[in-house]
Amino acid sequence: MTATAEPEIGKARLRKEDARLITGQTTWTDNLQLHGMLHMAVLRSPVAHARITGIDVSRATSMPGVAVVLTGEDFAAEQGSLPCAWPITEDMKSPPAPAMAVAQVNFAGEAVALVIADSAYHAADALEAIDIDYDELPVVLDMEEALRDNDLVHPDLGTNKCATWIFDSAEAGVGTNVEDEIASAEVVIERTFKQQRLIPAFMEPRSVVVDTTAGMFTVWSATQIPHILRWMLSAVTGISEHKLRVIAPDVGGGFGGKLQVTPEELLCLLVARRMGRPVKWTESRTESMLSAHHGRDQVQKITLSARRDGTVTGLKVELLADMGAYLRLVTPGVPILGAFMFNSIYKFAAYRFVCTNVFTNKVPTDAYRGAGRPEATFAIERMMDELAVELGVEPMKIREMNWIRHEEFPFDTVAGLTYDSGNYEAATARAMELFGYEEMREEQARRRSSGDVVQLGIGISTYTEMCGLAPSRVLGALRYAAGGWETASIRMLPTGKVEVITGTSPHGQGHETVWSQIVADKLGVPFDDVEVLHGDTATSHKGMDSYGSRSLAVGGTALVYAADKVLAKARTLAAHMMECDEVDVEFASGSFSVRGTSTVRSLGDVVLAAHVAHDLPEGMEPGMDADATFDPDNFSFPHGTHLCATEVDTETGMVRISRYVAVDDVGTVMNPLIVDGQVHGGLAQGIAQALYEEATHDEMGTLTSATLADYLVPCAADLPAFLTDRTTTPATSNPLGAKGVGEAGTIASTPAVVNSVLDALRHLGVRDIEMPMSPERVWTALQGRPDPGSGDVTAGGLGSIDAQGGQS
Amino acid sequence: MIPAEFKYMFPSTVDEAVRMLAEEGEDAKVIAGGQSLVPVLRMRLAAPTALIDIGGLTELTGVRDDGDSLLIGAMTTHYEVQRDHLVQDHALLLRLVTDTIADPQIRHRGTFGGSLCHADPAGDLLAPVLALDAVMIIAGPSGRREVPAAEFFVDYFTTALAPDEILLDVRVPKYTGWGAHYEKLNRVAQAWSIVAVAAAVQVRDGAISAARVGLTNVGSGPLRATEVEAALVGQQASAEAISEAALRASSGDGYKDNLARVLTGRALTAAVAG
Ligand SMILES: Cc1cc2nc3c(=O)[nH]c(=O)nc-3n(C[C@H](O)[C@H](O)[C@H](O)COP(=O)(O)OP(=O)(O)OC[C@H]3O[C@@H](n4cnc5c(N)ncnc54)[C@H](O)[C@@H]3O)c2cc1C
Repeated sequence: MTATAEPEIGKARLRKEDARLITGQTTWTDNLQLHGMLHMAVLRSPVAHARITGIDVSRATSMPGVAVVLTGEDFAAEQGSLPCAWPITEDMKSPPAPAMAVAQVNFAGEAVALVIADSAYHAADALEAIDIDYDELPVVLDMEEALRDNDLVHPDLGTNKCATWIFDSAEAGVGTNVEDEIASAEVVIERTFKQQRLIPAFMEPRSVVVDTTAGMFTVWSATQIPHILRWMLSAVTGISEHKLRVIAPDVGGGFGGKLQVTPEELLCLLVARRMGRPVKWTESRTESMLSAHHGRDQVQKITLSARRDGTVTGLKVELLADMGAYLRLVTPGVPILGAFMFNSIYKFAAYRFVCTNVFTNKVPTDAYRGAGRPEATFAIERMMDELAVELGVEPMKIREMNWIRHEEFPFDTVAGLTYDSGNYEAATARAMELFGYEEMREEQARRRSSGDVVQLGIGISTYTEMCGLAPSRVLGALRYAAGGWETASIRMLPTGKVEVITGTSPHGQGHETVWSQIVADKLGVPFDDVEVLHGDTATSHKGMDSYGSRSLAVGGTALVYAADKVLAKARTLAAHMMECDEVDVEFASGSFSVRGTSTVRSLGDVVLAAHVAHDLPEGMEPGMDADATFDPDNFSFPHGTHLCATEVDTETGMVRISRYVAVDDVGTVMNPLIVDGQVHGGLAQGIAQALYEEATHDEMGTLTSATLADYLVPCAADLPAFLTDRTTTPATSNPLGAKGVGEAGTIASTPAVVNSVLDALRHLGVRDIEMPMSPERVWTALQGRPDPGSGDVTAGGLGSIDAQGGQS
Repeated sequence: MIPAEFKYMFPSTVDEAVRMLAEEGEDAKVIAGGQSLVPVLRMRLAAPTALIDIGGLTELTGVRDDGDSLLIGAMTTHYEVQRDHLVQDHALLLRLVTDTIADPQIRHRGTFGGSLCHADPAGDLLAPVLALDAVMIIAGPSGRREVPAAEFFVDYFTTALAPDEILLDVRVPKYTGWGAHYEKLNRVAQAWSIVAVAAAVQVRDGAISAARVGLTNVGSGPLRATEVEAALVGQQASAEAISEAALRASSGDGYKDNLARVLTGRALTAAVAG
């Protein structure tokens, strides 16, 4: 009997989807083979900015197996412009964004021609036989230089400035005027930080298959956003939405990198329409790094004002955000997502945020794990350390003096949000205990006084972030084109098994497991009796997909409401079956009973009765399925305290993390194993920004980090054993109490590491080191020399092989 | 991976392999473990017309005792070198170096000979092989020849091998009882050396009687730090002697020069202790 079953919610279940994902015995898009399928290969521009003066495809066209070679001219009339769903201001400049360059290329890696052939090999061979003449234009790479408008990425726009977006607490009526605070402050600190460009580096390269059989366009794509993709492909191509079916089968990671409507998705669709045959495109790793969108890339000028006693008063943020050459789906909005988070957990009286979006000749930027919030968290946590140093106050103390105390929730922030719940004191106390904070400080003092070659640093990050994207009315107010609700359906099958349909689109997070746990608890059915369907617009007809740590807080809530509807109807029918009044029906562990009697009907019996419909109450429809859509009325706000100890070798500049503690408050936890997994992966990515990863370009705009040997993604061996724990203050904005955990680790960890390294070296005269803190950068800073920049000899590489230019 | 088209050949004897290489001409290539060649093919930085797979030449696999020296077959994988008792006893430095190469998957495929023939200046085996005075045993159309390591490594990705020659074995003199250490600086586990230093030291009665020091990735090929070696011989195995000698690893003031000195000091310290 299920009566004694322990609750599923909160159980550390192994993920039901893992066996198939790990062994690859699944529906990865590239595994798909259709009869008569053609293969598409993309020729990409080797130059960052040029006019195309001639294309000769004649040699390529006659190569073995080639069906057709297509160039921008062939698509000019039908390709339209790739969509940008977030025009952040009325006057935002938005250049046309062709899927394939027609007359001009604006970044190295932009598509300039396609080969369609009978095999991927023949297609790749023929690429080499296409001759293109380029008339090179001046390359715009640096944002400050770009704003001088000497050379223009898009001459037709007349400027490289895309848009300026402002939030001001005085104007919004939620705070005082920041200039007044700065003018009257006892202490003013001004710093500039660089958020380097990052590459999402999802493990499964992108892949698209399009089939046109039977009058339907079926698009399989390794995407995070099948629903948005269907809508947008229909809008761009004019193919009726009801004739387009998008399927995101199993998808191997995204991190925001697959939150996109890509040129290749559109091109595959157009080619399949033109050829009337199925077409597949799968990218190589290098192609992915060259052409899929990048993340971060901001210059942050931050001014913080405070009183001598340590109380912060004002915060002014002036950002330059690199858009790259085009505006992709949410490119311009990513820095704006950070606008509400720079003030973080602190009580500033005044806040002003000004972001200038800039075009350059680089691949577009867009969402990457955290999207806007890691940048904000980095800046404020670095500034709190700078303030602590300036005032000679212990860095944890300065935070404690300024953060929102637990009894002050709900709290209206200077950025206009309402934080519903949290307890920064509790998370911090637990983190300091786990870390052994005092002993670490003692060890640090010992190493300093003995002049140890290996110095010890301690870094703090007390963060919060916003998840659960998003209340639709807020998105509307921010000029975002879509809503932020989510939907779920429950199909009760006649045998008592359950199909759950979710509008979220998992790509590695474990939704199938957690959604099954939720349903098992709500309906009292065994975990294994629940199947979760997702990612196919034919079964899951509406949804807003997965990103922004939204799936559980928004999509999970829709699921709870759908289950409630199932139970409400089942209760009515159970009362009818047991010939009693509905108020006397009790439900527990999957069974209905009449209060005070031994009369029982299992949910399965009731579902079957609904299905056969032989004897239903007057007016009741047959079946027991239910749908629910949930639109949240607030975000959720995970928070936590991360502490990082680094050992910095002052002779080589090598940094090693010797202890990392993460105490996160992500609200109520459905599955602690999955939460730990999300935290671990998130930490790895945040640490990678601090120490390892950077998309680098040469002066011509060529990406010089286009392999995983050059772009240093750390692996388990490079990371410490993480000490994780949790405190729990449930979110009040959803019935699950869930806040979201997909991005927390990434958001929190970068400043913890950087603060730690600087803490180790400050007494040696080091004030700042750019990210990633490579050994050469650290050593150079210790010598008091300027940053090595792109000359960094420690930037990785495939031995001495130069992937772009051959063996050097 | 989508390389350009090539012909695949699988010889069963060394003579057959040499003949195939000659017949297929300059654009043919030997493939051993493929761990360097395959990335080059995947990026289409090279498009050999034929690949001659020497994986079937079992006589090129394994380590043999040859009196005063060891014979290490070119096709011996990194994994096998790591576990070989002869290497452990007589060429400890090579085992320690091999432990640091790439990751277990790559060490199961990549070969000792392939690493040397590829001659990437960042490759870890070049400097130790040079420092240990190894000799390359090579087969070609006109028979066999022997080339000392100092003449074998010519430049970036360039060795004394002619296009139609195959490396068969590497003869490494025995360094029985020598202390050894490989000090390598790299950023993530699977990344190549930024700089690394290979040291083998013979200590008798507290004094250094002989020393071998090789530098990885500071030039266009492996370097032997002869001045460091000379400064050590006859000295007490002391911290002072080591740090004084290590200063001679490089005279420049760049980051890599600094690493060469720092890592030489650390490698020697550990080698003397071990
Ligand atoms: C991700 C990654 C990380 C790596 N990290 C390191 C590292 O840290 N340190 C390191 O030293 N190496 C590293 N390697 C390289 C690895 O050690 C390879 O095993 C080695 O470089 C080549 O050996 P192979 O047997 O794979 O040779 P192959 O790739 O098969 O061949 C390499 C070249 O040598 C030629 N060749 C091979 N054998 C012979 C022979 N017997 N006679 C004539 N020519 C021959 C081939 O024609 C080819 O030109 C790494 C490789 C990868 C993929």
